[in-house]
Amino acid sequence: MDLSTAIVNLIGLALIGWIAWYFWIYQKQGIQVAEVAGVQEVPITVKGGYDPDVIVVKRGKPVRLLFNRQESALCSEMVLFDKIDQSATLPEGETVRIEFTPEQAGEINFQCQMGMLRGKVVVE
Amino acid sequence: MMKDPVCGMTIDPAKAAATRRVKGQTYYFCSDTCVEKFDLDPAIYINPSESNSSLLVERATPISLTTGVSDGTGEHVRVELPVAGLDCAMCVQTIERSLENVEGVQDVHVNFALGKAHVVYDQDLVGLPELTETIKRAGYEVGLAETQLRIVEGLHCASCVRTIEKAVSRVPGVLDVTLNPATDKASVRYIPGETNLQAVRSAVESTGYSVVRSAEEPEGIDEETAAHQREYRGLMRKFWFAAAISLPVMLVAYPEIPWLYLPNRFLNEVSESLIRLLFALSAVATLPVMAYSGRQFFTGAWAAFKHHSADMNTLIALGTSAAWIYSTVAMIAPKVFPEGTATPFYDVAAVVTALVVLGQALEVRAKGQTSQAIRKLLDLQAKTARVLRDGRELEIPVEEVLVGDVILVRPGDKIPVDGEIIDGRSAVDESMVTGESLPVDKNVGDEVIGATVNTTGSFRFKATKVGKDTALAQIVKMVQDAMGSKAPIARLVDVVSSYFVPIVMIIAILTFLIWFNFGSSQALAFAVVTAVTVLIIACPCAVGMAVPMSLVAGVGKGAEHGVLIRNGEALQTASGLKTIVLDKTGTITKGKPELTDIVPAEGFDANTLLQYAASADLLSEHPLAQAIVIGAKERAIDLIEPSDFNAVPGHGVETVIDDHEVYIGNLKLMRRHKIDLIEISVDAERLQAAGKTAMFVAIDGKPAGVVAVADTIKEDSVHAIQVMHHLGLEVIMLTGDNERTAQAIARQVGIDRVLAEVLPEDKAREVHMMKARGEKVGMVGDGINDAPALVEADVGFAIGTGTDVAIEAADITLMSGSLRGVAYAIEISRATMRNAKQNLVGAFVYNTIGIPIAAGVLYPFFGLLLSPIIAGAAMAASSVTVVTNANRLRFYKAKEFSA
Repeated sequence: MDLSTAIVNLIGLALIGWIAWYFWIYQKQGIQVAEVAGVQEVPITVKGGYDPDVIVVKRGKPVRLLFNRQESALCSEMVLFDKIDQSATLPEGETVRIEFTPEQAGEINFQCQMGMLRGKVVVE
Repeated sequence: MMKDPVCGMTIDPAKAAATRRVKGQTYYFCSDTCVEKFDLDPAIYINPSESNSSLLVERATPISLTTGVSDGTGEHVRVELPVAGLDCAMCVQTIERSLENVEGVQDVHVNFALGKAHVVYDQDLVGLPELTETIKRAGYEVGLAETQLRIVEGLHCASCVRTIEKAVSRVPGVLDVTLNPATDKASVRYIPGETNLQAVRSAVESTGYSVVRSAEEPEGIDEETAAHQREYRGLMRKFWFAAAISLPVMLVAYPEIPWLYLPNRFLNEVSESLIRLLFALSAVATLPVMAYSGRQFFTGAWAAFKHHSADMNTLIALGTSAAWIYSTVAMIAPKVFPEGTATPFYDVAAVVTALVVLGQALEVRAKGQTSQAIRKLLDLQAKTARVLRDGRELEIPVEEVLVGDVILVRPGDKIPVDGEIIDGRSAVDESMVTGESLPVDKNVGDEVIGATVNTTGSFRFKATKVGKDTALAQIVKMVQDAMGSKAPIARLVDVVSSYFVPIVMIIAILTFLIWFNFGSSQALAFAVVTAVTVLIIACPCAVGMAVPMSLVAGVGKGAEHGVLIRNGEALQTASGLKTIVLDKTGTITKGKPELTDIVPAEGFDANTLLQYAASADLLSEHPLAQAIVIGAKERAIDLIEPSDFNAVPGHGVETVIDDHEVYIGNLKLMRRHKIDLIEISVDAERLQAAGKTAMFVAIDGKPAGVVAVADTIKEDSVHAIQVMHHLGLEVIMLTGDNERTAQAIARQVGIDRVLAEVLPEDKAREVHMMKARGEKVGMVGDGINDAPALVEADVGFAIGTGTDVAIEAADITLMSGSLRGVAYAIEISRATMRNAKQNLVGAFVYNTIGIPIAAGVLYPFFGLLLSPIIAGAAMAASSVTVVTNANRLRFYKAKEFSA
């Protein structure tokens, strides 16, 4: 095996390792939501993903997520929440609110209809 | 003594019909009429010089109500808010108190009779949105009109958004307005009566734009469809651009294939430098394809990347850019690569982009069809309503109809909102909402459902539910929610799809390495091509869409037939049901007793018997007696008013008709009068054995015969139960009725298992026990008495009637009262799950076979290697196939209708 072959192989394996780390192992930092007038409100931009996508809230206090979809691609047309059994269509450019009061600590996942875009609400 | 400020009459405060406190001063009124007049405009009566009698919001002038002098702190505005849900005198105080506490509110009266709150407030300190919010917080709803307007020619500039919003929000009575520049839609909330659509429209027109009401748009193009169409057109433009460039690029891409290579047509010998020149041109030409047609792949991939995730865009972006970069390096510096491997393939970048974009466009189109059910429902909505206000007949937009309005319906009219008939009668075609094909007779007191169509009669009805509360709006909401929900089967897919794309990337790298290390002489070229092919052929979309697409189509199909499925879970469970438990009364049967048999004794004929029996019951309110009276009227028998009438509770009635003593009742009544029943008791027993309630009739002390009433079965119950048996379901009847009646009904409809004499509170326990045996149990009931059993069952079916759509306890609501809905619900859920599984299996098989072939596993055996272009076509086709397969559900015909 010559040097260039070895280098190519090393780069390839390193890439595989990096993909596994970047997409699976990496732990995202959530953003802590501030409370305004008793409601934990956070605007979420929807464009190829949810921004922010990890939202940390306190339990027992109402949460208001304001989704604003800024793209026309149909993938992100809907947002679905698993535990609270809510979903909403997000017309482009409009702010759509999802409101709920988390009673238990844990994670509430949300995603697009096909599960390609993901985010979660971490309840503390 | 006090003076009524309206009519001037002197009255005793203790006897006043109503009182009002304004600015510390109490006013007393002689009658409701006077107080109503006062509420409309107190200022006139308190300060007779100030007259504000218009209904529109007007400046209550900058003059203080109490002093008559302007206090100079800002402008006072008077507004009249319609409040819904006012059902007690206490409510008035609650609302008044909460509004009084709002800063800037000068004065409040709530008129209980009119259901209106009159508020005078300082515009600088407080606005309408705060006021309505306050009323809402106090627990009441403000009757608001909500309307969608579309800017006709579209917006020209970003600042126009502000201009229009400002102009509209300045219209008095408008609560808020939001304009969406992406869709050119304005949604306006306003208080009907304070302002109207016309005022809003003129406000927009004052800015130089014109608007149409969304509800009036031709063919009901709703927002979603419009968005889909825009997206489709955009994608098609991108496709044509990519295709136009792909063709020449492809024709100059393969010098080694003489018949395909374009220059061969014109030249005998193509020089090396010409080939390179054409490649260089291809390199330049494909860039705009990737930058314009394939733009969303790159922006999407980048956006996903930032979120530490990867999707289809990532794969396509990686695949096409890898092809382009490799080609460019191979062209500029062929020496970098081993001999013979430096072949550019620009065509892949262009053609794959074109194909995938085309696939996306077709998918958008098919998707639009899948959710057509919602659009059909929205199209049902009436656009205007003929309302009686102040004795005048007005045609107003349906959004402005308020609860309590009296609406006129003429033959052929569409009923605009939900309500209750107060005058007139007609038959109404409710098929669009309930799926019931025959028109339903409606009389005074009956409910009518918005969006249904009146046939021949005319009537007036009082609106009970408007806007978001109407049955139609709730149906749309429920269907939308269900379409957006998840079937449990999709959870597995979620897990898969979160690993899918990175795994494909890893496979692509491994493929590259294997070819690179173990390939033949042209290893590097093969390695790149196979890696690119792997990236392109993988189709995460097909996997992700498989279940949701079927669900959307299936739920929509159900809604078309009056079957409302709450969510994906209900649908999946319904498809696996083995046992159906039916409540008897009101579910299998009509739930109302009807006259069924008239058996006269010797010497009497049936008509005479019925005439006396029904006449005797004429004054009785007992449901069984009523059934006999109705039965006689239906048979056109003249009834005679009894001259004496005595109801004996638990026995029957004793009457005198035409000087004859007539008794009708049970055995106890007959014994009391020592009537000899030998002759007719056999008949009575026979009728009772058939589950009917037999009543003896005696005339002048002699037995005259037996009449029987029974709760009769609905006409289509037999058929529906047959279909359920066909579907392989075990059908069980659960009832609180006695064994004999239960068995009789069961025989008529063909049910084999009966659980009779079950107390209402034990129904849930019975269902629980069936579940414990490991059966998947569906329970069908009325949603009120049977609610606990419905909740206990794996799937609860509520037989809904009328406008109560969102029955909490139910997983599936049947809009029509018919059991056929149950059979249909099960059939459609099975068909949907079958469809979803086909999609899922198809998508998995496609990926698990496609990816290895793309990686070249067949090459060592058959020398077969997939071109990345074929991979692109396959990938586009696979996602289109999924959507198309789901669309097949739209044409699904249930057995229930063909049988």
